[in-house]
Amino acid sequence: MSRLTIAKTYKMYIGGKFVRTESGRSIVVENTKGEIAAHTCHGSRKDFRGAVESASNAFTSWSGITGYLRGQILYRMAEMLEGRREEFAAAILTTQKITPAKAKKEVDASVDCLVRFAGWTDKYHQVLGCSNAVASDYYNFTVPQPQGVVAVIAPPAPSLLGLVALLGAPLCTGNTIVAVGSDLNPVPTAILGEICQTSDIPAGVINLITGKQSELFEQIASHRQVAGIYSAALSKKNRILVEASSADSLKRVRFNTFSDEDWYDGDTVASPWNIEPFVEMKTIWHPSAC
Amino acid sequence: MATTNKNQNTAKWEYSPALESTKVTIESKSKLFIGGKFVSPKSRSWFATVNPATEAKLADVACAGKADVEAAVKAAKTALPKWSRLSGTERAKYLYRVARRIQERAREFAILETIDGGKPIKESRDIDIPLAAQHFFYYAGWADKLAYAFPGSTPAPVGVCAQIIPWNFPLLMAAWKLAPALACGNTCILKPAETTSLTALRLGEVFQEVGLPEGVVNILTGEGDTGRLLAQHNAVNKVAFTGSTEVGKLLMRETAGTGKKLTLELGGKSANILFADAAIDQAVEGIVAGIYFNQGHVCCAGSRLFVEEPILEEVIYKLKQRLGTLRVGDPLDKNTDLGAINSRSQLKVVEGYIRSGVKEGAQLHQLTTKRLPSKGFWCNPCFFTDVQPSHTIAREEIFGPVLSVMTFRTPEEAISRANNSPYGLAAGVWTDKGAKIFEVAKKLDAGIVWCNTYNKFDASSPFGGFKESGFGREGGMHGLRPYVRLGGV
Repeated sequence: MSRLTIAKTYKMYIGGKFVRTESGRSIVVENTKGEIAAHTCHGSRKDFRGAVESASNAFTSWSGITGYLRGQILYRMAEMLEGRREEFAAAILTTQKITPAKAKKEVDASVDCLVRFAGWTDKYHQVLGCSNAVASDYYNFTVPQPQGVVAVIAPPAPSLLGLVALLGAPLCTGNTIVAVGSDLNPVPTAILGEICQTSDIPAGVINLITGKQSELFEQIASHRQVAGIYSAALSKKNRILVEASSADSLKRVRFNTFSDEDWYDGDTVASPWNIEPFVEMKTIWHPSAC
Repeated sequence: MATTNKNQNTAKWEYSPALESTKVTIESKSKLFIGGKFVSPKSRSWFATVNPATEAKLADVACAGKADVEAAVKAAKTALPKWSRLSGTERAKYLYRVARRIQERAREFAILETIDGGKPIKESRDIDIPLAAQHFFYYAGWADKLAYAFPGSTPAPVGVCAQIIPWNFPLLMAAWKLAPALACGNTCILKPAETTSLTALRLGEVFQEVGLPEGVVNILTGEGDTGRLLAQHNAVNKVAFTGSTEVGKLLMRETAGTGKKLTLELGGKSANILFADAAIDQAVEGIVAGIYFNQGHVCCAGSRLFVEEPILEEVIYKLKQRLGTLRVGDPLDKNTDLGAINSRSQLKVVEGYIRSGVKEGAQLHQLTTKRLPSKGFWCNPCFFTDVQPSHTIAREEIFGPVLSVMTFRTPEEAISRANNSPYGLAAGVWTDKGAKIFEVAKKLDAGIVWCNTYNKFDASSPFGGFKESGFGREGGMHGLRPYVRLGGV
């Protein structure tokens, strides 16, 4: 007699907890054959606001720990993801008509991407900051520091790698993240929370929402507690919407266009110049003669 | 202890006038600088620019219209390929020449700046003009070293840059905008502020003198609409703006989704935090320089002073003493500390804020200058005590010589009150304790933190804000970033 399988209930990951959307809505995820593969949360604007609250509360401690510790936590994420490569590859294959080898390659690239960002946590200051030779008796140096809550709008595909690459850049410097996962395949987003939970990422530092991105653009861009927005693969219409709605709170908005090849190139996605848009440069003066 | 020197002899010396007497000629019609030539505006529209210290008309300035914007953008676009392909060292040599020419004509620039804008001659002479020259000299040297500024990428020019600047540091802002843009191989259209066009146009003469290729820099004088037309133009690849937060937000909406790069250097309500263990006399000097420099027409003016409670009385006493020694009057007098307010409309704004401070219950302490000129726009410097954080004068940018004094009890309170503002441009910290200074500096939401000093500027030092004070940096290596596209990222 065949065994009835236990299908996982996919939830969102907000404030360190696995939660259903407050809206009570769900999305049917169909596999490549058009069969029902999963149900994921159809997150609401209220869920987004709750996630921003969590991220905002987590900012002081996440940005306050040492880069060395933050690096170890990100490396731990990579370790956890490495251990569950098969599951993530299967999740990618649910909706995407790609070869199993390509799905595995995406997971491997995601692990490597996390490792890259883990290494940046105690080095970005040296690459992006500097001391300045002013023409007077002052010490003068410029140091980068994180901005606060950064919203990530993940591309439709690659559904795991796109999410990891976009959230890693602001995360590694001490920003906290609210990410809205791929519309095309929300399952990897839904299970990435399990990696966060088991890798010492403090509650609220990474918040993962699934749903329909287009419903949330305006809310993301107008929310005053969101300091920056990082996205890729947005249409021109949506770029206008997001950037214009961001004007009132003068958010730092970064739209990237990564080709399929770019996503797999760690030098590109984990370049310091993708980290730089989400740090603020602070220049400090002090007299050097008394 | 707070009033130990209360009885000291405070009799004032009267200063004889020490007027800067060099005459500067100003043509009656100031034309547009397009394609390397001074041309009359196709709009046929002109407006008067006045000396804010006398209200005397200085010249008619061209008001660029749509056709003029079109011509300037075309000139910049035409000049772009050759200028951007020129070797970095050759570009650098032009910029070095510009720096040298500004130094050589420094006195003329300083006088013109003071006549047109109202700032004291000692500031235009010792700060604005030398810093403008330093900016060109500093960025000249970057032109052939850009690859070292952006490791792992290949920097390329952005293209045609529209640069819109304010009236508080006219020539210096022009230098802040133009020098890094040109070093990176871009071509520019500069739009000076309506009330202070003259030194920017004279910079056009310098560009002619040094043989800068035609069209590399174009200067369009005009009103707000000129700036808007420029920012909206399809062939413009980059918009850089210094000015009000309100207009900055407007520009972000207008350029949304167009792919135009945008940098905004906007308003501020910067906090100066004074701890009880600081060197109080030095701090009072810094506070005075922080708020009254350039009549308070400074986006990073230290307009909120937070004093640790035990020393409040002493600080107020010393501030009053120091306020009493400031000299307001003829900007061309070398002894003048505060010159004229830049325009009648700005004077009304500042006066409105002073009235609101009194009306909302704060206590006004204002210098009374006996003989202010009968004409011109004047405002005696002042500070308010008994200020609540909710008062308008404690929240909004005044852009005038008005300081709000408040208190705090713990470093945490000082930080949280300083950060309780939508702005985040600058801050000051005064204490003799090293670790305290760095802890507070680290936690302040401000792009520039002056520790035991205030209002220091340098071409090599990045300037720009957090939060609603805008984004992007000007000055230093970071000032190059807004003017390059990074390949391979």
